[in-house]
Parts: sequence; structure tokens; C-alpha cells
Amino acid sequence: MSNVVVVGGGPAGIRAACMLAAHRLRPVLLDEARNVGGQGYRAPSPGLRLDMDALMGGEAAKYHALQAAFASIRDQIEYRPGTLVWAIEGKTLHVATDEGSSTVSFDALILATGAMDRIMPLPGWTLPGVFALGGAQVSLKDQGCFIGRRVAFCGSSPLLNLAALQYRKLGADVVAVCDTTPLGAKVRAAPQLAAAPRTMMRGISYLTSLMRAGTPMLHGVTLLRIEGKSRVEAIIVRDCRGRERRFACDAVALGYGLKPEAQLAELAGAEMRFDATSRLWLPKIDADGRAGRSLYLAGDSVVIGGADAAEASGELAARAVLSDLGIVHARSVARGLRRRVFRLRRFQRALARAFVWPANRVKDLSDDVALCRCENVSVGEIRRAMDQALGPIEVNRVKAITRCGMGRCQGRVCGPALQELVASHAGIPIEAAGRLRVQAPVKPIPLSVARTLAE
Amino acid sequence: MTRLIADVAVLGGGLIGSWTAYFLARRGKRVVLIEKGVVGAQSSGTNFGNLRLQGRFPGQYPLSLRAQDLWERLEDLIGDSCEFDATGHLYCAFDEAERDKIDHYAEVSESYGIRIEHLDRAQLKRRFPWLGRKVIAATYSARDATANPRLVTPAVARVAKSLGVTVVEHCAVREVRKSGDTFHVDTDTDLQVECGHVVNAAGAWALEFAERFGETAPLFPAGPPQFVTEPFPYFITPSVQTVDGSVIARQIPRGNVILAGYPRTAADPILNRAPVPPVKTLAAMECLAEVVPALRSCHVIRVWSGIEGYLPDMLPVIGQSETTPGLIHAFGFCGHGFQIGPGVGLCLSEIIVDGHTETPLSPFAIGRFQQEIEVSDKFKREFDAVRKTP
Ligand SMILES: Cc1cc2nc3c(=O)[nH]c(=O)nc-3n(C[C@H](O)[C@H](O)[C@H](O)COP(=O)(O)OP(=O)(O)OC[C@H]3O[C@@H](n4cnc5c(N)ncnc54)[C@H](O)[C@@H]3O)c2cc1C
Ligand SMILES: Cc1cc2nc3c(=O)[nH]c(=O)nc-3n(C[C@H](O)[C@H](O)[C@H](O)COP(=O)(O)OP(=O)(O)OC[C@H]3O[C@@H](n4cnc5c(N)ncnc54)[C@H](O)[C@@H]3O)c2cc1C
Repeated sequence: MSNVVVVGGGPAGIRAACMLAAHRLRPVLLDEARNVGGQGYRAPSPGLRLDMDALMGGEAAKYHALQAAFASIRDQIEYRPGTLVWAIEGKTLHVATDEGSSTVSFDALILATGAMDRIMPLPGWTLPGVFALGGAQVSLKDQGCFIGRRVAFCGSSPLLNLAALQYRKLGADVVAVCDTTPLGAKVRAAPQLAAAPRTMMRGISYLTSLMRAGTPMLHGVTLLRIEGKSRVEAIIVRDCRGRERRFACDAVALGYGLKPEAQLAELAGAEMRFDATSRLWLPKIDADGRAGRSLYLAGDSVVIGGADAAEASGELAARAVLSDLGIVHARSVARGLRRRVFRLRRFQRALARAFVWPANRVKDLSDDVALCRCENVSVGEIRRAMDQALGPIEVNRVKAITRCGMGRCQGRVCGPALQELVASHAGIPIEAAGRLRVQAPVKPIPLSVARTLAE
Repeated sequence: MTRLIADVAVLGGGLIGSWTAYFLARRGKRVVLIEKGVVGAQSSGTNFGNLRLQGRFPGQYPLSLRAQDLWERLEDLIGDSCEFDATGHLYCAFDEAERDKIDHYAEVSESYGIRIEHLDRAQLKRRFPWLGRKVIAATYSARDATANPRLVTPAVARVAKSLGVTVVEHCAVREVRKSGDTFHVDTDTDLQVECGHVVNAAGAWALEFAERFGETAPLFPAGPPQFVTEPFPYFITPSVQTVDGSVIARQIPRGNVILAGYPRTAADPILNRAPVPPVKTLAAMECLAEVVPALRSCHVIRVWSGIEGYLPDMLPVIGQSETTPGLIHAFGFCGHGFQIGPGVGLCLSEIIVDGHTETPLSPFAIGRFQQEIEVSDKFKREFDAVRKTP
């Protein structure tokens, strides 16, 4: 029997596993997380009492359906939570768990590793109390904690209002939602967004619920700086009419949409190409998610498509596996799925216009702002390194000279902003500035995982 | 077509090419330094950063000590210390046989005037209490040092440029011909150079420029697996190496621990790939945790390697071509070219300007490969995937 391995226990990975299990392939499902569901639909930790219906709101039905689907295949798959895939070599995955490191081999591999926040730095963003927007949600859903008592939600992302609302519902004080995209841009994107009317309506309902609750909702703001002595005390913004406004708070959730976690795909040999809409390098796939021999990609790890697209593309990738293994030939179903994935991902492209990544802001950052928070490398250090004779104009070389992107997160946080900074400072198109190359381990692993299991 | 007339064309902007260009410029020569990518991005920029004196090939000590003297004056020479740090080097033995080995290395070092301390288990426990029990003895040399390889080569090339060297990046040398006393260097851009001397410092890619002139060496490309950890409180001051090569590690004051270890892995200079097999990373992590147990909980954040040229006797090729006057080779540094780099550059500049150098270089002559050569013991132990030599 063929050995099919799925990495990632979010909607994409679960739906892929369901499809494979339905054909009695007994897939292996590896997930770094301890609780199944992925970033959007994660089940709360055992012992944590969270009102998931309140938290999930209009998405509660989908959340329950996905968790139920997983429960129904639980004993038809080999599910291994708490398992980080840290390297890929040929047809072998190297995994790390609390017990140590081991290998998992595969005939076909589906990567559904999801996404993470995209961040544009601003003065004060390294103060304690500033969190990535997704991180603010994770701390709520995984640990039942707020990132602060009085929280400002800033940036531009469809998740901005959602996260603010989740915080409000569970009792946090949301001091402001500061969206950097002007309202006009959203209105202009509306015709395309109407391609997914339910999702658009949901977005509008988040907005109105927050407004009804009296939360200050600002559009088209410029985030000027985050202030505080030893931790966040306030965020200062310029509103769309040019007035400076100060919101006292003890935490800031910051995010500009998501970026695919494509490191494993790249290590597995997927070809990366530049995507002009998102201004990111994304793995190249065919309509079904094939990215190379025996390699399939699904969900937000390829291109941001949201949870519905993740479910559909996971199922689609599993179908591609089944058809490549000669197990199924139901082309008509695949065609329908393919259309659905295509439509949902196109919708996300429209979202990218309604929630704009502020590429131009990088030019205005003053020299003292930290770009790389792991290594504490400032914007000025990067500009100076580039300005000297024989200075670097490519991100990997900038990293080699300045250490930007060389720390614990390996540029997963500062990478997109670094690309923008290098391109703008060198006066070259962003695709010419390159992208940070990946190497194992895709996330840090302790020396102790290497023990030959004797201690 | 851009035609440049120069005294010397240097092929390859690694550490060797950059130092050579620097010293030639200081002697008033017109130099063109040609690099297919950017300066210092290959072996010279990816190496471990050890400036180790202990345990070298005996015949290399005059060159090596000359180089160390230059390293110690780096800031005066190029206006930047590039994190040069006289960390000292601890050479560690796991058993009696290895202790004999380091004692023998120490004798050689001492005969060249290097001060070596012999430390037994009790002394080690006092001086370096973080060392694991597996280490039964060690020799310590205080003059051994480290520097940041990512910074050095670009810094040297930058100063060379300010001294008048024409530094050309993103330009690969395609063809070198000689007519009369003049070399013609053609590239894949519109640059063409005419010059009286050519220095072949093209690293793991250098062989074609030797073979074009009817001489060769059994060079093959490889690199050791390396990794770096997250920052950890700073406590490992010396560079630490085990005799079996399973651990070569150092900690920089900002806290990261860097590790290199054998066996090395074959690399691909055409596709520009230097793979690091995960099993080697795991093996090295385990070895490091044994040598420095306190690091057990420290996290590895990245692995990498580089593309270095190796030769079966584990000695580089340095010196004049034996077929073509005016052509000088310096390649195949077998994993120890960072330390001798400045010394090599200085010697080559002397050969070109003065016609000779005082530093003995005969063990490194390219002609040695015309006879059967003795395959080094290190060569047998320190590689796992030796490719068929060209
Ligand atoms: C922090 C965060 C919070 C979000 N919150 C919401 C929300 O509340 N509502 C919403 O609609 N959308 C949310 N999203 C958007 C979400 O990405 C998509 O809606 C959806 O979850 C995408 O599904 P997926 O299956 O592609 O990936 P995910 O759901 O992200 O699942 C990917 C899984 O892969 C695992 N993984 C990643 N790398 C490895 C590895 N190397 N080894 C092993 N496992 C690995 C992860 O731990 C994760 O469990 C959030 C996104 C992020 C990043
Ligand atoms: C992982 C690793 C760790 C190491 N650790 C140490 C250490 O701790 N201590 C130590 O002393 N040594 C160490 N070394 C060895 C040391 O790095 C090398 O010996 C040294 O850098 C060699 O310098 P180079 O200039 O000859 O080579 P390189 O740096 O490889 O430079 C050669 C240059 O030539 C260029 N080139 C090639 N072909 C052409 C062409 N046709 N036209 C134009 N340009 C061309 C290349 O692009 C390259 O930049 C290590 C090596 C590796 C790989």
C-alpha cells in the first residue's frame, strides 16, 4: 500500500486525510500543534473552557463540521500531533517530538502547513505588548489569554475585525481598530468581493458589530508609532483627515494579512516564483496542487485562500494523489473542486486589494527602527551596509552582512519588509531583490532531540 | 567591448583573490579582480571562521604564522576588525591514543615557537568547567583566533577597490589565452582584460584555468556540515575542537554557538549546491551535547555548508604554473584557507612584484600531482561521499 503523508492538521490537511482515508490508504497526518484544527479552527487545549460557539460566531458550524470530520476518521489514519517536520531529504521527512528525532518516509507528500502574519515594522513595534494579529488569536484560542486588557488592533487584514470582535466578546477592551487601507479602496474592491457574497457579508457584519459596540473604527490611517517606556502604553496614528490621534492601550495586535508558510515546500523542491499581487514568492503548483514528483501542496501554505479554499484544496490535492496512484478517476468531481478552489483563491486576490500591504511605508521608516527583532538590526544599519562600496543589493547578501533575518525566526517575520527595504533602497523591482533562502531546520530544534534515546 | 589593460588579472573574488589584489595594489600594481558572483559569497563567506594554528601540516607553519601576524593587525590593514578575536583554541582528546596525537601536534607547534598548554582532566575541570567528561585531555593555544568570515572578504575587497583595484562583480571568466607575454582574459560580459600576470584564485572552480595551460590537480568540491544555534549565555570563550573532527565549535560573544563537523559532504559547484544531510546535523548535535552538556536545551536554528576545493594530500596548490610563466595558482585550500588567506595574498604579491617570496611554498607546487602522491590520513577519515576525482 502506498505511503501517503499529510503535514498540517488544519482544514486543508484534515480534508486531504479524509479523502485518503475514504480510499483506505491509512494516511499519516503530522501536525506540530497539539490540538487538531489548524490556525482558524483549532480545538481548545484539554482543560481549557472556552465558549467556542461565541468565539467562532458565524463560523461555528464549519468549525464543528471539521472537528467532526476529523473525529470520524481518527482511527483510520495515523495521527501524530506535537510532531514538527524540520527537514526533508528525498522521500524522507525528519521529524522532532518531545521524545526525540525520527524519520517518516513517504511515497506521496501533501504539505498543508498554513500561513503566518505578514508584518510591516513601525517605531516601537518591538516593545513588549506588541503581538502579531494571528498571535493575538492563538493566545486566546490556545491558552485562553488576552494579549492585554486594553488592546488596539492595527494594520490591514480581513482578520483584523474578526480578532477584535473575538476579543470583545470574551471581555477585553478594544480601544480602536486602525485599518491602514482607505475605505474607498474597500468600496472599489466590493464588486470583486461580491463573488463570495457570504464571506463579504460576514466581513461587513464584523464591522457593524464593532461599530455598534462603540469601538472606534478608523480607515485609511497611517500608523506613526507605538509608545511606551518598558512596554506598550499607546499607539499614535494619523487618521484619514490628517489628524494625529493617540489611543492609550497596553497591547497592540499588528498584521497585514497572511503569508504562506512555504519553507517545507521549498525544501521539498517546489519551484518558487514571484507573485505580483501579494508581492511574495510562492510555490508553483498546477490546478490540482501538484508541485513536483510526489509533492502536493494545499491550503494557505501555497497561496492565501482562507479556510473554505483550504478545505477544498486539501480534498483536491488528495484526489490528485489518488489519481496519480491510479486509485480513482472521477474527473468530474475534481473539475468541480478545481473550479471552487480557483474561485475562492481569486476572491482572496480581491481581498488583497481591499487590505493593502503597505509596501511604500518602508521608505519612510526612520533609521532607528528595528527591522529584524531577533537580531535587533535597524533599518539604518541595512541602508548603511547597502550604501558602502560593493554593498549588497540582494536580500541574502544583506542578511550575510547585517544579520537581518539570521535569528531565531530565520526571517519569517522580517523577510517581507526586508525585501521591500532592499528593493526601495536599491531602486530595483522587488523581485530583483530576491528572497531569503530556506535551510533546515524550518523551526528551531533543541540539541536534545538528537540523543540516541539514552539519557 | 570594454578592454582593460592591467598588470594583473585576479580570477575569483574570494578571500585569496581579494587579499592578493589588496597587496598588489599596495605595491602599485594595476589589478582587475573578476568575480562571477559577488565578492566573498562562496567558501570565503560561508566558512566556520577558525584561525587555528594547532595541528597544521608542519611545512605550512611559516606561511601560517605570517598570516596570523596579518590577522592580528587586521584593523590597521583594512580599518575594520571584522570581529577578529584571539579566542584561543582547545584541542580535545577523548582517549589515550588521541592524547598522543595532540601531544605530537603540540611538539610541532612548539618547534615553531607557538606556546601550547597541556591540560589534564583536573586542569580542564578548573579552567573550562563546562566541558563534558568525555574529554580526558586537551592542548590549548592562546594565539589561535576567530573572525567573522561573512565580513572579511567584502571588507578586504572594498579597501582594495579604494586602493585602485578594479573590482568587477557578476562577471565570469570564460577563457584565458596567452600570446607572447600577454594574457587575454575573456568573460561572459563585454569585459576583456589584457595583462602580464594571471592569478587563478577561482576556488573549487579553478581547475579549468590550470588545465587550459596543460597542468592539473585531482581537485574535488565538498564542504563540512555546519549549524548555528540561537543565542545562549556566553561562556565558551575558546574555539573547541575534538581530534576526531566530530565537533569544531565556538561561541560568539552575542551568544550563538557555531558548529562544523566531519565527515564532509560532496558539493556541486555547477548547480551551486552544498547539501547538509539531516543525519549529519543530528549526529553533530549529539556530539556537541556530549562535549558541552550545558547546550543540551539550546536550539539549532539553521544549517549550511559551502563549496570548497579539496586535494588528496589535504594541501593546497599555491605557486607559479609549471607550464606558463606569469600564471600563478592558488586554489584547493582543503578547508583551511581562511587562516592562511592573507599570508597567501602577501606571498603571491611578492612573487609577482619581486619575482620570489621568502616563505617556503614548495610543498604546495602544482607539479606534485605528476607523481603518485601520498593520500592523507585526514583525507581518508574526513569525507563520506568522495566523488570520482576529475
Ligand atoms: C495565527 C493565525 C490565526 C488565524 N485565525 C483565523 C481565524 O480565527 N479565522 C479564520 O477564518 N482564519 C484564521 N486564520 C486564517 C487561516 O490560515 C485559514 O483560515 C485556515 O486555517 C488555513 O487552513 P490551512 O489548512 O491551510 O492551514 P492551517 O489551519 O494554518 O494549518 C496548518 C497546520 O500545519 C501545521 N504545521 C505548519 N508547519 C508545520 C511543520 N513544519 N511540521 C508540522 N506541522 C506543521 C501547523 O501547526 C498547523 O496546525 C488564521 C491564520 C493564522 C496564521
Ligand atoms: C563550510 C566551510 C568551513 C570552513 N572552515 C574554515 C575554517 O574554520 N578555517 C579555515 O581556515 N578555513 C575554513 N574553510 C576553508 C576556507 O573557507 C577556504 O579555504 C577559503 O575561503 C578559500 O578561499 P578562496 O578565495 O580560494 O575560495 P572562494 O571563497 O571559493 O573564492 C573563489 C571565488 O572564485 C569565484 N569564481 C569561480 N570561478 C570563477 C570564474 N570563472 N570567473 C570569476 N570568478 C570565479 C567564485 O565565485 C568564488 O567567489 C572552510 C570552508 C568551508 C566550505
